[in-house]
Amino acid sequence: MSDQGRRGEQGREREQEQGERQGRRYDQARYVSNGHYEPLLSEKDSTRVDVGDDSPLPDDLTRDSLEFPELSEPELARHYTRLSQMIYGIDSGPYPLGSCTMKYNPKFTEDVAALDAAAVHPDRSAGSIQGTLELCYRLQDYLARIGGMDAVTLQPPAGAAGEFVGIRVASAYHEHNGDDQRDEVIVPESAHGTNFATASLGGYDVVTLPSDDGGRVDLEALEAALSERTAALMLTNPNTLGLFERNITEIAEMVHDVGGLLYYDGANLNALLGRARPGDMGFDVMHYNVHKTFATPHGGGGPGAGPVGVVDELAPFLPEPRVRLRERERGDEGESEGDGEDESEYELFAPEHSIGHVHGFQGNWLVLVKAFAYIARLGDEGLLDASAKAVLNANYLASQIDYEVPYGPFHHEFVASAGDQDAADVARRMLDFGVHPPTTKWPEIVPQALMTEPTEVESKETLDTLAKAFQQAAASSDDELESAPNRTAVGRIDQTSAARNPRLSWQALEDTDSGEDSA
Amino acid sequence: MNGTRTTGSPYAPHTDDDTAAMLEAVGADSVDDLFDIPSAVWFDDEFGIDARTEREARQLVRQTFERNDDLVELLGRGHYGYYVPSLVDHLADRSEFLTSYTQYQPEVSQGFLQALFEYQSLLVELTGLEIANCSMYDAATALGEAATLADRVRDTSGHRVLVPDLLLEGRRSTLENYVAGTDLEVETYPTDDSTVDVEALTDTIDEEVVLCYVENPTVRGTIEERLAEIGDLAHEHDALYVLGSDPVALSLLQRPADVGADVVVGDASVLGLPTSYGMGLGLFATRESYLRQVPGRLVGVSEDATDRRAFTLTLQTREQHIRRERATSNICTNQAWVALRTAMHAASLGPTGLVDLAKRDVTRAKEFAARIDDLDGTTAPVDDRHHLREFVVHVDQPARVIANDLEERGFAVHVVGEHELQVCVAGVSDEQLDAFVEAFTEVLR
Repeated sequence: MSDQGRRGEQGREREQEQGERQGRRYDQARYVSNGHYEPLLSEKDSTRVDVGDDSPLPDDLTRDSLEFPELSEPELARHYTRLSQMIYGIDSGPYPLGSCTMKYNPKFTEDVAALDAAAVHPDRSAGSIQGTLELCYRLQDYLARIGGMDAVTLQPPAGAAGEFVGIRVASAYHEHNGDDQRDEVIVPESAHGTNFATASLGGYDVVTLPSDDGGRVDLEALEAALSERTAALMLTNPNTLGLFERNITEIAEMVHDVGGLLYYDGANLNALLGRARPGDMGFDVMHYNVHKTFATPHGGGGPGAGPVGVVDELAPFLPEPRVRLRERERGDEGESEGDGEDESEYELFAPEHSIGHVHGFQGNWLVLVKAFAYIARLGDEGLLDASAKAVLNANYLASQIDYEVPYGPFHHEFVASAGDQDAADVARRMLDFGVHPPTTKWPEIVPQALMTEPTEVESKETLDTLAKAFQQAAASSDDELESAPNRTAVGRIDQTSAARNPRLSWQALEDTDSGEDSA
Repeated sequence: MNGTRTTGSPYAPHTDDDTAAMLEAVGADSVDDLFDIPSAVWFDDEFGIDARTEREARQLVRQTFERNDDLVELLGRGHYGYYVPSLVDHLADRSEFLTSYTQYQPEVSQGFLQALFEYQSLLVELTGLEIANCSMYDAATALGEAATLADRVRDTSGHRVLVPDLLLEGRRSTLENYVAGTDLEVETYPTDDSTVDVEALTDTIDEEVVLCYVENPTVRGTIEERLAEIGDLAHEHDALYVLGSDPVALSLLQRPADVGADVVVGDASVLGLPTSYGMGLGLFATRESYLRQVPGRLVGVSEDATDRRAFTLTLQTREQHIRRERATSNICTNQAWVALRTAMHAASLGPTGLVDLAKRDVTRAKEFAARIDDLDGTTAPVDDRHHLREFVVHVDQPARVIANDLEERGFAVHVVGEHELQVCVAGVSDEQLDAFVEAFTEVLR
């Protein structure tokens, strides 16, 4: 065993002792048997099928063979159950990832999305899927009200896809107006990485905007950045430091004065539900991260959904298809809550100057169903309370930790600084205390950033447990920080070798080593 | 428990006493005091959305869906309704899978990382290419990403992207949006008998072409017969050869690596998801030489401090959260959970089950076409080619009228021309096909 390995073992023993003193933890399970973890499927017996046998096609149109493991249902049930036992989810414990809004996801939304009626083919005639279209229409309406927008498309399959639609819509709008010289998109330095990548993918030069001393948009820098070349400013409000852009009205005016559009990144909408609306602040286009704000499970990295809302002026450019009530029924667009049986007919249509499709079919439909059910469950009262408790929780947790928290006042998230400690080490150390750590090293405005968003679903007791983990990490020695984590399924992972010598499939693993488990 | 639980969000667990204690700790009189929102933009109105009990919310969704007609769907054209085993629902719905985040803390995400690694490995086996990422949104966006990849990796400054004239409108339009920020332009080449017209393609391809896209099977269900020839043609002109397919087709048809494909895209949700109104899973596999230019997430193998094998997201310096405007793609949230479901479904079929499924689709489509061809007033299949799971039917009467009549009898089919319908056998039972033939006979009468 290597020196590092020995240190790991010692660390593990130390953690066991400390664990008994600490009290509540939210550890993941870790399936392990005789020192071995669950093998790869490929490490079980594999079967090679000769495709040419009994083939209804000529040999030259088929592959020769296909090979991978062939397991029974019980074997697979155990394989995946064991894998699931080596994952930390929001159902395992708190997940305070700043800007990622990992809240608890109610279980009933899974059931409504699993209804057989949700499983329709996207090429069905509108007349035969009135229920599906009605749900789309009502969700469009809910989102428009919540965002203060005039029109909504549900098609984008994720937040970043929504950003892309927003940028494409802005681009089509400017082009329609003969404004061809607009080739820049302004993005604050604290923005999500997707904003920069999206603007670039849309063909724009990215102008990075510095923050002022208080962590907000620097109005002088904005003035200097704006010109007749500005297509849009992409802004998150509250921003990624959790700060509300108090000068939002002036910012909107400045952007509009040069003919640019104001884009709202919906990642932090959870902080504003029922208290402020992007449309009222002067934003022209926004995306909603319905999987974050409206609590649909993150599924280990998707699927999400990123509907886009726009003001009337931009509605003709939205992607197709959108859903509307058939012409003759118009004039009665208000939601008829509880009306039940009405004879309205929903239909798909392409807006007049539509940018076309941004997904092969209709986006991530099951995620939209869950978002709809969640909003219908909470209603005005629940949405208002969600933002209240999200903001209360962030402020309370920030007040209970030992790390310095620059800037303020916060809304739903705050960014602490690990100071002399390495934020990534702090995160791994927090895993030893049985909680999921915050987002680290971002935004870069705060050195060794620990970006924390507890969300509204955590109780005071859980927040106190989190605070204690922060305190213990702050009090940890260099050695403890550098050897962490010690209570997880595996110890600290060598990221450098993973990148230098990429082995991205079991085939690559067989090529480079004998597949021996060195544990 | 101290005090009663505050009303409002049913998922916020605070009691009144907790809230009071927390407010005191932060030095605020009320929660509203914590909001730093100028009065000019403070929202004082209501959304007008009624709160409901869980039971009422479930009823609302159920009742809304009751307005859908219950039809047998003989629909395909890029989206398929294969039966998904219950095993997949139950295991993928385990809350650790469902409620975890992207695996940025790999030490507490090993199970998911391993499942995604196995998904990548499955695609490597199916395509024969060296690397696969662990998901894009769907086939259309994966094709868009392939085009921006071509723009980055190709040496010369060409601008033409060639796609078949049969390409689905949703795919072509999505591709055009993806390349809108580049100098690339999408052009079509003609097809003959619903497969690539190789002679016509030879005439149009030149050094300006950066990408040549072919689907196998095509959207009309036909199987391409000259894939290697097309690959040679693309490579002679230094164009990226991109093949569109799906895991069921790939388990039977020519292996993309064997015909020279540089990238394989397509919709992998053919396994693992019910039709779900078009929700997808973009597969993306390519050659190792393009590794540093690949869009999306990659799971790799490494070791932990005690030399145990461990999985981790890797090569993240290509990704938007690090590389920003120089990233290979803006994708962040992807389709990880769908990839998990697809891997589970494929594993539950095993290689034998997968190959059998694809073979049955060929045989069933052929037999079904023969039965339809026997009816008065129809010709099937229209294209004189081998087919996988779907084919086009010529009807003497107007296709729209026939399709409407069929719908009234409980069957959904595509209308693809004035006198052309398209039908698909994937996920449709033999009994349902029998009933369809009966209904079709009546409609034609």
